[in-house]
Amino acid sequence: MSKKISILIVDDEESVRSSLYNWFIEDDYRVDCAEDAKKALSILESDSFDIVLADIKMPGMDGLEMLKRIKSFRKDAIVIVMTAFATVDTAVQALKDGAFDYITKPFDPDDLSHLIRNASKQITLIEENEVLKEKVISLENVENLIGNSEAIRKVLKEIESVAQSNASVIITGESGTGKELVARAIHANSPRRFFPLVSVHCGALTESLLESELFGHEKGAFTGAVYNRKGRFEMADSGTIFLDEIATISSKMQVELLRVLESKSFVRVGGNKEITSDFRVICATNRDLKGMVEKGIFREDLFYRLNVVNINVPPLRERIEDIPLLVDYFIKKYCTTMNRSLITIDSGALKRLEEFTFPGNIRELENMIERAIVVGNGKKITLKDLPLGKEIVNTTAESLDDLEKNHIFQILTKYNWNITVAAKALKIDRVTLYNKIKKYGLTEPK
Amino acid sequence: MNLEYINLISFGYFEKGLLELVANDVKKEFLLPVIYREGHLDLSEFYDPGRRQYDGNKLLKTIDSKFAFDNDKTLGLFNVDLYIPILTYIFGQAYLNGRAGIVSISRLSNERYGIKADDKQLVDRFRKEVIHELGHTFGLIHCKNSTCVMRSSTYVEDIDQKNHQLCEKCRGQLG
Ligand SMILES: [Zn+2]
Ligand SMILES: [Zn+2]
Repeated sequence: MSKKISILIVDDEESVRSSLYNWFIEDDYRVDCAEDAKKALSILESDSFDIVLADIKMPGMDGLEMLKRIKSFRKDAIVIVMTAFATVDTAVQALKDGAFDYITKPFDPDDLSHLIRNASKQITLIEENEVLKEKVISLENVENLIGNSEAIRKVLKEIESVAQSNASVIITGESGTGKELVARAIHANSPRRFFPLVSVHCGALTESLLESELFGHEKGAFTGAVYNRKGRFEMADSGTIFLDEIATISSKMQVELLRVLESKSFVRVGGNKEITSDFRVICATNRDLKGMVEKGIFREDLFYRLNVVNINVPPLRERIEDIPLLVDYFIKKYCTTMNRSLITIDSGALKRLEEFTFPGNIRELENMIERAIVVGNGKKITLKDLPLGKEIVNTTAESLDDLEKNHIFQILTKYNWNITVAAKALKIDRVTLYNKIKKYGLTEPK
Repeated sequence: MNLEYINLISFGYFEKGLLELVANDVKKEFLLPVIYREGHLDLSEFYDPGRRQYDGNKLLKTIDSKFAFDNDKTLGLFNVDLYIPILTYIFGQAYLNGRAGIVSISRLSNERYGIKADDKQLVDRFRKEVIHELGHTFGLIHCKNSTCVMRSSTYVEDIDQKNHQLCEKCRGQLG
């Protein structure tokens, strides 16, 4: 947006003018006020405004008459009329006479900003399209995606090629690889970047909570709901919604989600007003969604709607050469947040990190570095500060199964997936090892 | 003009721990000493029985005229529901580039929306709104950066999407 959008407020009440004036000034609009229609028309003779926000009921010439006059000399003028609740009929008349929209006093702050945003969109649409055509894309705000490896450069290239479009994206990858960072990078480099990126961690919510979270609810929808609540889809209007752990949603939610994606509209829980929202969807999963479709656990139609573009984030063990950069980055990050002077890592410790398989990926490395800074001597991270001693320590495993899975994976990696040797090291027979590999869904990295 | 203090004056009950936390974050953001204390006002003068809410314009004027000083930024903290004539509610408001602002915690709690209370989230939302309104008194307008504390939030869920800190651009404008 090259120039400020201008708004002329026309209302006979001083408190209304000043409240709206302050509101729009803070939102970076150019604002002027007029206390009646005559004054407004004379202002419009010498100065043009993108949006006129006018009260319908005013002494002297009323808002409807003013609207007609404005429209007579500027057909494409955007006029929004304000009305008291009791006079909605007049508002409907205003729409017939060419008003852009109407709003009833007093209004919800959100409705007001929504309305003005829609009007501004209309104004800047053409202008922005021109700008976009010329813009050479180069990625911004990807400083969290650290690395120089072939693997991460491929991801960055994919982000760049998909960012400018509106296509749905599924980001796949093991847990801890940084899928959310990829989603953020796509959003930050898209034309939607000035609007929110709204994240929903689907796996953390029950079905009914997820429903209210995604769609919002009206006041009184259930006991204790004193105020309206806006859902995530609504919040993501003009922006991006990021649905993490998409594979965990119930079949009922899959149906609802598909419906919303198709219509871009929905109703709040306990409400009856259809709400539209213009959002882009990015999903992430560490599961094999395609496999789930084949097994009939995940809807095929939903899968194809979501999976227009797939970006796979490689596990850390496939980009070992990035480890020094990552370590450096995390040291800086945690020394800064802990208010400590920067420390280094000794080469022996770094070498061991490069040999480790990191089943918990970057998150695990990050946890290790954070811990090392806390327990270390404050000058240098050494081997003894890292929980790598016996290669069985794992910071992300919680259950015994997790621990077994990770351990087996590490041993397999260590022996290049030679089953005989790995089984021997694990002191189990090969059939047992095969069964465990199958049980935990372990696959040999390519 | 050399700024001296940021005053946070609470009206009505607030937990001391909450104010202390907020004061600390405010100090970090604006790098000025922060004083927090209790204030006294007869809020019934500001109550609108028709709307069952409190007049945010009148309150802001009163904070400015009775509690604020030229070399300070002063923010009134309330636990009652605020409105201004044209809007159904406000989380807070401030004089742009002025010396006073107000914020209410009333609409920031999860319970109001029928979901489980979350004290940590409440503190987080409150400090964001406090820093946001103070930002206005420092002359900052709304920021387009989606994580900047100066981004405009009209719904409580919008507040959760931003950080409690100023983005670099806004910080730069503080001077
Ligand atoms: Zn604001
Ligand atoms: Zn900012």
